[in-house]
Amino acid sequence: MQALFGNLAIFVLALLVGVEVIGKIPSTLHTPMMSGANAIHGVVVAGAVVTASLANSPVGYVLTFIAGALAAANVFGGYVVTDRILKMFTKPKGPAAVATGKDES
Amino acid sequence: MTGFEFAVGLLYLASASLFVVGLHQMRAPSTARTGNLISAGGMVIAVLTTVVYSLVAAGGDWIAWVALAAGSIVGAVFGVSQARTIRMTAIPQLVSVFNAVGGGAAAAVAFAAFVLPTTNARLELTVSIPVTLDVLIGSVTFSGSLIAAAKLQGIISGKPVTFRGAAVVNVIVALIAIASGVAAIVLPRNTALLVVMLVASLALGVLMVLPIGGADAPVVVSLLNAFTGLAVAMAGFAIDNQALIIAGALVGAAGTILTLQMAAAMNRSVLSIILGGFGTGDAEVGAGSDDDDLSQIRSLSSDDVAIQLAYARHVLIVPGYGLAAAQAQHEVAALAALLIAHGVDVKYAIHPVAGRMPGHMNVLLAESNVPYEQMLQLDDANAAFDNCDVALVIGANDVCNPDARTPGNVVSGMPILDADHAKAVVVIKRSMRPGYAGINNPLFTNPKTGMFFADAKKGLADITASVKEYVSA
Repeated sequence: MQALFGNLAIFVLALLVGVEVIGKIPSTLHTPMMSGANAIHGVVVAGAVVTASLANSPVGYVLTFIAGALAAANVFGGYVVTDRILKMFTKPKGPAAVATGKDES
Repeated sequence: MTGFEFAVGLLYLASASLFVVGLHQMRAPSTARTGNLISAGGMVIAVLTTVVYSLVAAGGDWIAWVALAAGSIVGAVFGVSQARTIRMTAIPQLVSVFNAVGGGAAAAVAFAAFVLPTTNARLELTVSIPVTLDVLIGSVTFSGSLIAAAKLQGIISGKPVTFRGAAVVNVIVALIAIASGVAAIVLPRNTALLVVMLVASLALGVLMVLPIGGADAPVVVSLLNAFTGLAVAMAGFAIDNQALIIAGALVGAAGTILTLQMAAAMNRSVLSIILGGFGTGDAEVGAGSDDDDLSQIRSLSSDDVAIQLAYARHVLIVPGYGLAAAQAQHEVAALAALLIAHGVDVKYAIHPVAGRMPGHMNVLLAESNVPYEQMLQLDDANAAFDNCDVALVIGANDVCNPDARTPGNVVSGMPILDADHAKAVVVIKRSMRPGYAGINNPLFTNPKTGMFFADAKKGLADITASVKEYVSA
């Protein structure tokens, strides 16, 4: 029971920290933020690792494979796409860079 | 507590802190990329710690580790290839797919925590309750997110999909899911009950998202993001892993805040979006397409627009959903660059929900090399409209409907861009069809407004060509 309340306290406090931190992010960055948060829930891959350490039957192996595949897609894809988006926000842009669009038109 | 367990606890704490710091760095464009890398660092620590701890504490079966490695490779290849190649206009779909796999993984972890123990004794409530909740939320998220992604991608019709008796079916499926979930908690451990709940939850996710209109899909994606966070946190409770609890809670908070902000910016409540899907019907969609004021509309050619823009000193571009749908972000950037080179001051006025998800328009413009400083957010933009010669509205409608300032209609009170405060307004739009809210926009019939009827991509290219001719002549 003590462990449960410890975990519950962590859960609630993390929620509050999340509200505080996320609330300060400007709407400009909401898409990369959502994508970044998306990558963070890829931490479920750690859950897949725990499942692997407990599995000792065919059902367990299948569940481990499913959990591993889904979680890995989430965590790797999430971080890569977020970085791709944010790279566009941080790349240096002088007045020269503005006058592109030459490959369109 | 051994020294080893102490080290594991410390490392989990470090990774959780890095997640928070990483998210915190995302509040400014200059530090956001570093923030994401910090968060990724936290992820590496959390996963490696779990691997070492699991190997030492439980050891496990080598076949299981092979299964994990094989699954991870398959998943990583899929995830990275999608992330590398996806077009920026399709980001909302990809976010939705990652929600789906995250929720599915959380459900699989919880399912395993229920099935794998070898005794037949009833699980402790501190395990069985989070496990059941996780399977429920994770499965709803998995199937619902896939449907939402398919709607955004256009694989499934964006129109609300409903059938006769849908409400009854929804209630029955939901009751089956809840009843089997409660039974799985109170009865002796029975895998069949959990399977019934899994199937019912998957069906519920499909039934919940299918009837939701495509325009509401981004709100649903955001909501399902919060659900995934909750599912991951529940998985953390089930296997007593604090990294999962903290990360899940952070994502739950992020998803919830975005959902509420989006709903507010669209002038709808989250409840009405979800319940609207549950069979009460989106009454306003498609209604009131009356064209009584068409006589007052001033239609422009691309040459008219080009001259107006070239003579202006301050131009504000209002990009909307139509620009994103036509994938015209490069064309608008090219036109803006041409005008800037001609000495015109050009800025973008961006509504919080312009595009297909919050902040999506900023990403599309950033992709077209538009500097961050040229993108004005709502308050700054509205201050700038008073000093603006031409407001160029591209594929936007409800977000600049002046009716929002007067009470008594569906957009009343919605935060809007004051495009009508500009000295002149040019609207690029395919037709006079009303926007998502389904009501007429008095901005279009305002005497100072000219309409240029065209697809955003082609229309902008035509205007750019006309400006070029005009400037060089």
